[in-house]
Amino acid sequence: MKQMLGQIFRSGRFRLGFGIFAAIVLTVLIYPLVINDPPLEIVSRGTFLAPGIYVSVYDSVTASTRYTLIIDEAAARRIGSRLTADDRAAMQEWLVGTEIVEEGELNLDDTAALLELWHSSFDPAVRIPGMTNADRNYYIRLTASLDGLLATEGAIVAAPNATTGELEEQGVIEQTDYVNLSEVPNFRVLPLGTDNFGRDVLTELVSATGVSLIIGLVAGIVATTIGLILGLVSGYVGGVVDDIIVFITNLFTVIPSFVLLILISFSIGQEQRGAFTVAVVIGLTSWVWTARAVRAQVISLRNRDHVSLSKLSGHSIAYILAMDILPYIASYVVMALILQISSGILAEAGLSILGLGPRTTEVPTLGLMMNWALIYQAHIFGKWWAYFPVILVIALISFSLNLMNTGLDRVFNPTLRE
Amino acid sequence: MKGYRDYFLKKLAWFVVTVVVAFTLNFILPRLMPGDPVAAIVARMAQGMSNATGVQAVYEQYTELFATDQPLLNQYVIYLRNVLNGDFGYSISQYPRTVADVISASIWWTIALQFPAIIVGWIVGNTLGALAAYLRKGFDKVLLPVSLFLSNLPAFGMATILLVIFAVNLRWFPTSGGYDYAMVPSASWEFVWSVIVHYQLPFWSIVLITIGGQAIGMRSMAIYELNADYVKYARFLGIKDSKIIRYVFRNAMLPQITGLALSIGTMVSGALVAEIIFSYPGLGSTTLSAVLGGDYPLISATTLIITFMALIAFFALEILYGLIDPRIKAAQSG
Repeated sequence: MKQMLGQIFRSGRFRLGFGIFAAIVLTVLIYPLVINDPPLEIVSRGTFLAPGIYVSVYDSVTASTRYTLIIDEAAARRIGSRLTADDRAAMQEWLVGTEIVEEGELNLDDTAALLELWHSSFDPAVRIPGMTNADRNYYIRLTASLDGLLATEGAIVAAPNATTGELEEQGVIEQTDYVNLSEVPNFRVLPLGTDNFGRDVLTELVSATGVSLIIGLVAGIVATTIGLILGLVSGYVGGVVDDIIVFITNLFTVIPSFVLLILISFSIGQEQRGAFTVAVVIGLTSWVWTARAVRAQVISLRNRDHVSLSKLSGHSIAYILAMDILPYIASYVVMALILQISSGILAEAGLSILGLGPRTTEVPTLGLMMNWALIYQAHIFGKWWAYFPVILVIALISFSLNLMNTGLDRVFNPTLRE
Repeated sequence: MKGYRDYFLKKLAWFVVTVVVAFTLNFILPRLMPGDPVAAIVARMAQGMSNATGVQAVYEQYTELFATDQPLLNQYVIYLRNVLNGDFGYSISQYPRTVADVISASIWWTIALQFPAIIVGWIVGNTLGALAAYLRKGFDKVLLPVSLFLSNLPAFGMATILLVIFAVNLRWFPTSGGYDYAMVPSASWEFVWSVIVHYQLPFWSIVLITIGGQAIGMRSMAIYELNADYVKYARFLGIKDSKIIRYVFRNAMLPQITGLALSIGTMVSGALVAEIIFSYPGLGSTTLSAVLGGDYPLISATTLIITFMALIAFFALEILYGLIDPRIKAAQSG
């Protein structure tokens, strides 16, 4: 056993696949210990917040200590974030279009001059040819956002007086004021932003990966068990039993299992469809390949001497199958199980995209996350964090399992070694 | 010709059996489930639709179509008769269209998309795999990891990535649909062009996925054949390399055809999900809208049609296999 494991781990592919897979499983196990937010908790209003660190504005303003940092580029960066290169180009387009300036006459980097010219000449009523209403609204919004862009004085914080209700100045926030993030009590890191419901995508993704792995495992175990039993019985017993099982197996090879899956999942109904049920149904429709392969292997084994000897000794069929045949095909069964896990995860994803995944109230799955992202058109609106990590995780799981499988194949089938 | 005729008849009989079983499963599975949708839909028909005459019409039609008041065997016979007449009843979600109408509007999109895509992917994949096996070295080093990656990417993942890159970011192609929304299907050049432009992304996403799996299969098959005894023997005899390779690839090709036949169901399923990503007006999108609309008659008919399509493709490939497999030819003369 130890020697075999050593041999397996000498295969580079297996090591790589195992490494990726172990990393995924460890993340799923360890992440909730560190950050144990409920995965389906809605943490934000509004949809698809971009990845980043969200700092409480109120807490920053009212922070006990403010520090003064002298950073030369601070002002330039502040202006740059509110007046981007695209905005400048759009302003030039308007100024040229209205023939206020000639093409090439304008220095877009001179912010002060550009702003001065803009404020003195921009008129929302003027239309240039080819300008749409959306463009006009954009210019109006831009103009409003530019107010106070070049101001150097601080912002005033005011609070209403408790008796008179009038605003009273509480303090001034200088442009050079900073707070230390560790002194701000409320901030939230959203490494992958939020999804369409305003949930933390990373927490959801980790939880979904765990659920999907379990779905794959349950589906794989169900499929492998059925396939193994049918294959063993069919290959060893032979005769009419074999004919019947081969007939059934051939039938289900040809009839697309995914279509049966659609039909069954739809018929079960949304209410009955928990993650576990979906996993079992996937398992029930995907045992065919295991059964075929196990049968072929058993047929090549059943006339070996040790099997005949066992038969002569009067052992029961179950005993012979378990003790004399199963050990020889165990490696194959493990490999089949690995592939079943990966295809089970893919089947769940496909079903969920069709709206036939597990019911949505309890746990997220990778397929459901993909389904939500697609329904809310994250891919059209460029919200990559809602769908790309999901595709990546599915591809990584499938890739790592397949690598492990080919690695094992090399070890157990010496003919494949190069 | 006797050998081939026997082969053909055997495959035909098998085709008929699979069709019957697929049909029976399509009938019996939903009725065995705890939430029997047939009974459930008839029972809750009154609340399901807003159109009062529609409710009445569908209810009557439905009771008649599925004969829910009769024993299972009678239901089966009635269902069989209706399906043979092409009568699948009204669609619940798209009333007053009939199910047959909805399906006949979408099936050609699916056929025109998937079959060329799978065939092109198969040919390109096999050529690349064979080249990798023969050339080895640099080409193989690049092709194998790329194919492994491609074949592990789910079809919907590939579709989404292509969509984001080429339709959303580069804007080379439209993001969804089978033709421009503003157009009415007609025989004009503009419409044909619109269809062609919308066709590209769904087509290539299926082709790329197919290439991945096929190239890997062909590569290992061809490596195996290249090391076979007959190749060594032929080399000893001094037969030219180009001639040997033709033998090798013909032999490696046969299992690939069987492989295609056996995986056609999986491929079609993956492609159906990819269709949904592009809102392509085929059977995949029809299935999605049927699921969302709780439209049992439409689901039942769509799954039946998809199964039949897969069975026909399988049958056609088996026949093709019989035509080119030398062992069946040998049986003809012997």
